[in-house]
Amino acid sequence: MSEGKPPTQPEEGDKSSRRDFLLKLGVGLNIAAGAMVGIPVVGYVFSSFIKKPELQWIDLGKVNSFPEEETKLAKYKNPLHRPWDGETADIPCWVRRLKGESFQVFAINCAHLGCPVRWFSESKLFLCPCHGGVYYQDGSRAAGPPPRGLFEYETKVEGGQLWIKGGVLPTLANNP
Amino acid sequence: MKTLRNLALWFDDRLHLTKLFEETAGHPVPKNAGSWFYVFGSATLLCLVVQIVTGICLALVYVPSGGEAYTTLWYLTLNQDLGWFLRALHNWGSNFMVCIMMLHMTQVFLWGAYKYPREMTWISGCALLVITLGLAFTGQVLRFDEDAYWGLGIGASILARTPFLGDKLVHLMLGGPIIAADTLSRFFSLHVFVLPGLILALVGFHLRLVLLKGINEYPKPGVQVRRKTYDAEYHAILEKDGVPFVPKAISKDLVAAGIVLIGIFACAAIFGPKGPTGPPTAMQIDSVPRPDAPFMWIFAVAALLPDYLEDVVILGGPVLLGIFLVALPFISNEGEKSWRRRPIAVVTVIFLYLAIGLLTRFGYTSPWSPDMNAWTSASIGKEYLEGRTPLELAGASLLQVKQCRNCHAIGGVGGHRGPDLGDVGARMTAPQLARQIIQGGGNMPAYGKNLTPSEVSALVAYMVTLHSKGVPPARDSTVPATPPPSNQQQPKEAKISVSPPRVSLR
Repeated sequence: MSEGKPPTQPEEGDKSSRRDFLLKLGVGLNIAAGAMVGIPVVGYVFSSFIKKPELQWIDLGKVNSFPEEETKLAKYKNPLHRPWDGETADIPCWVRRLKGESFQVFAINCAHLGCPVRWFSESKLFLCPCHGGVYYQDGSRAAGPPPRGLFEYETKVEGGQLWIKGGVLPTLANNP
Repeated sequence: MKTLRNLALWFDDRLHLTKLFEETAGHPVPKNAGSWFYVFGSATLLCLVVQIVTGICLALVYVPSGGEAYTTLWYLTLNQDLGWFLRALHNWGSNFMVCIMMLHMTQVFLWGAYKYPREMTWISGCALLVITLGLAFTGQVLRFDEDAYWGLGIGASILARTPFLGDKLVHLMLGGPIIAADTLSRFFSLHVFVLPGLILALVGFHLRLVLLKGINEYPKPGVQVRRKTYDAEYHAILEKDGVPFVPKAISKDLVAAGIVLIGIFACAAIFGPKGPTGPPTAMQIDSVPRPDAPFMWIFAVAALLPDYLEDVVILGGPVLLGIFLVALPFISNEGEKSWRRRPIAVVTVIFLYLAIGLLTRFGYTSPWSPDMNAWTSASIGKEYLEGRTPLELAGASLLQVKQCRNCHAIGGVGGHRGPDLGDVGARMTAPQLARQIIQGGGNMPAYGKNLTPSEVSALVAYMVTLHSKGVPPARDSTVPATPPPSNQQQPKEAKISVSPPRVSLR
């Protein structure tokens, strides 16, 4: 590797073989030690790469706080939030109550590139401010570049409360 | 005096300063390389120095915590003495660095400096460009406001389109399944440790290659580079016309450096820092996210591509561009260097500058985005209301209330997502308008379910009146035309001739 190779002297055969052995030992030891240090580092950085996030049921509030036939903004805390998350822990979603206990809960993120869609109650449309994606009130795609309708959370009603299953950033690769 | 001299000699002996100088700053360059066109490399390096100094200063106050970064940004801007100015310097230094780097790259390309034997100098320069853009993006995230938050969302949504690995890559980028404190910490590490470390190492490598392979001589039209002869020719140029870079060829670099520094200072002082805008939370739903300048053209591409091309272009484009940039010095390794004899190179540069420039402009104006507040804020011209019947006025009011104006301007006021309705009556007949409103189509949502038949009638009755004076209303081509009215006050007549549309709503 380096320019100044140790002079190998053929007449001192056994000495040179000891140097060779030491070199091999040194290289081998460093590969092993490097792996010992490196694997935990890689595992640490890539832990989110390996671990599959689990969705959790989140309480969105009383069923009756959502009027029938209306779409309303609701907010929940990211189920995995930590104290230093600050405001990033608050996640909004659009709750559409049809009739009785039938709900549709949409992610705020546009299916195109994730910008926040806004509900327009008069025209009954969701509009995206980034590239002009438009969705109908039932979340289906109406116009613009989104490749599909709005991302929809799984919902259930239990004990008079509305629950959704969430905890990941909804994208085309992974949606609740 | 003698002691001083001895001291200097001692240091020189121990540190080999003279030799170091001769091998670096004092290395010989072709005399004609002391050109105004050759100043961009050193100017980019100067920007990097500005970024490092101002970046360290900002890190003295900034707290990279999801809960506190936003507060410290405001503290920096409003309370910390000169904090606003340091933030402005860092922001403008970044803009200058990206721009000057592009100029440097353009110059190197047009002057053929990437050809033999400087292929690796070009490739390391391309890597520097990638890292610089990485620093620009991660820096935009550290300005942890609503643009940063949604910028992360957009970045994650693009990554999510990667086949097979999308989900994993998003989690790797965000440091978890969702944008949170870990995301900011991750980008802080990248922006402050990883990327600066990489860029410094690569700048060292790049400069080492500049010293090893020499500065490109100012190319003369008609002189060809040949692998077999170039080294000897370059050597001969240095022998005949070589001058030490310092002090003989550095003067223009110094002037350019001064201008760049003053430019950064002036922009920072006049325009101030960027943001922070609203807080970094998804709850900021009335956000209109826009990326920083270097990425605005990509934002525009994402809006203008047809959806079947989107994944291919957004994911494949950067890869293809990377392959092309790395392959370039091998594709055209020899031959003509001067741009005067390389028309395709010149046309390519003009095309790229026009394309990126226009896309950036479109990004800032975003005509494809609805104007979210137009339905409450866009005014309507007197000429679009005067002389209308109550039914037509009801239609005008519906056009406003039903939020049509968010996408449709009237006389240029309102959203530009859909066509301007100021002259729609001259383009479409009443039945066509009714069909379009009810069924949508051509990128317009269908409103059939949200409008009562009488609302549709009112809207159509109003819209057929929207055409300029002297322009006849649209008519059904299957019906024989009525003879044109003799006087010019024809619009009123035209309105009368349009009977209230009979729309069947199935």
